[in-house]
Amino acid sequence: MYTQGLDQKQKKSAADPADTPERLAAFQARIDAEEKIEPKDWMPSGYRKTLIRQMSQHAHSEIVGMLPEGNWITRAPTLRRKAILLAKVQDEAGHGLYIYGATETLGVSRDDLVADLLSGKAKYSSIFNYPTITWADIGTIGWLVDGAAIMNQIPLCRCSYGPYARAMVRVCKEESFHQRQGYEIMLELCRGTAEQKRMAQDALDRWWWPSLMMFGPSDKTSEHSAQSMAWKIKRISNDELRQKFVDVTVPQAEYLGLKMPDEDLVFDQKTGHYRFGEIDWQEFWEVLKGNGKCNRERLETRNRAHDEGRWVRQAARAYAEKQAARKAA
Amino acid sequence: MSKQDWPLYEVFIRARSGLSHRHFGSIHAADEAMALDHARDLYTRRNEGVSIWVVRSTEIIASDPADSASLFEPAADKIYRHPTFYKIPDDVENM
Repeated sequence: MYTQGLDQKQKKSAADPADTPERLAAFQARIDAEEKIEPKDWMPSGYRKTLIRQMSQHAHSEIVGMLPEGNWITRAPTLRRKAILLAKVQDEAGHGLYIYGATETLGVSRDDLVADLLSGKAKYSSIFNYPTITWADIGTIGWLVDGAAIMNQIPLCRCSYGPYARAMVRVCKEESFHQRQGYEIMLELCRGTAEQKRMAQDALDRWWWPSLMMFGPSDKTSEHSAQSMAWKIKRISNDELRQKFVDVTVPQAEYLGLKMPDEDLVFDQKTGHYRFGEIDWQEFWEVLKGNGKCNRERLETRNRAHDEGRWVRQAARAYAEKQAARKAA
Repeated sequence: MSKQDWPLYEVFIRARSGLSHRHFGSIHAADEAMALDHARDLYTRRNEGVSIWVVRSTEIIASDPADSASLFEPAADKIYRHPTFYKIPDDVENM
């Protein structure tokens, strides 16, 4: 999920001397022939760097993404909902681990990647810096946030880097349940009391625009898209994906009897697409910079969990070493 | 590598009996028993398997893509290893 093109500010690094024009051309020919690139294959240093950045941001997003929903596990309204939410949050942890694993095939260690997240150096999706205030937020996240994630991740299943593409296939299979359970929560609320329906509308009002921001900056300002497209890391542009998401989601809101918080939203008969209002990019960049409602809280929570788990990791390691020593003796 | 880092294991899963184990991905664990537990939690949450193998990633001996030509290309011109190389009249049946 969540590859927002957060790499806007990346500095142009010096060309790697190993990236000779012949090698680059041969690599591009493989990509153009739709061959998958595998871990030990030669690849341009820029390709490796782009993947490490994008994949680790993606993995971090899965991990931080557990926090807004984890907030509601103990307060889920029924045992059924609690079991579902637990399974979903566990899936998100799993997705993070699949992608960290795939990233490690590029020659980086998970511990280093996690350290970058905890220090605040690495980015994760802006969407997880918004609070989950009511139970309707859990429905909305499944419906919109996981819906946007699916839209984003389906083209990644055809990404040129084999391990990433394979991880995405598994993630996409699991994500569908996430979206459907969310929409089911919304259905139930919208068929419920007036107060429940108001709750659903309120959650939609708060999550709609941040969900649209999940697709990243507009193509007009996204510098890195062209190279990622040429390398077939990215297959469809941010704006195209965003449009597809709007087109499929608006009718779903209508079915619920909810109103999108966008006065400019209108169906364009000529193009067959919905036209929608201007996204508040100022808000997007502020959240990315760390000034969203929950940025500080999310990082503090991750750091606390990491610190409080340290003795467990060390104890497990010490036990393993002791057992190995005993076996050797 | 600091003391708290856990080594990497590769995970192979048999989806159902009758099929061979297939590489699924990797996981970190402090030891073999934990590697199996983690592989089970991570890769078989939806009945994806009936049997799991884990092996330390460092124990795998892999061919080098740089050697691909010398390893695999010699097979390319030995088309007589394929049944379609041989012309058998249509009248001859069951072959």
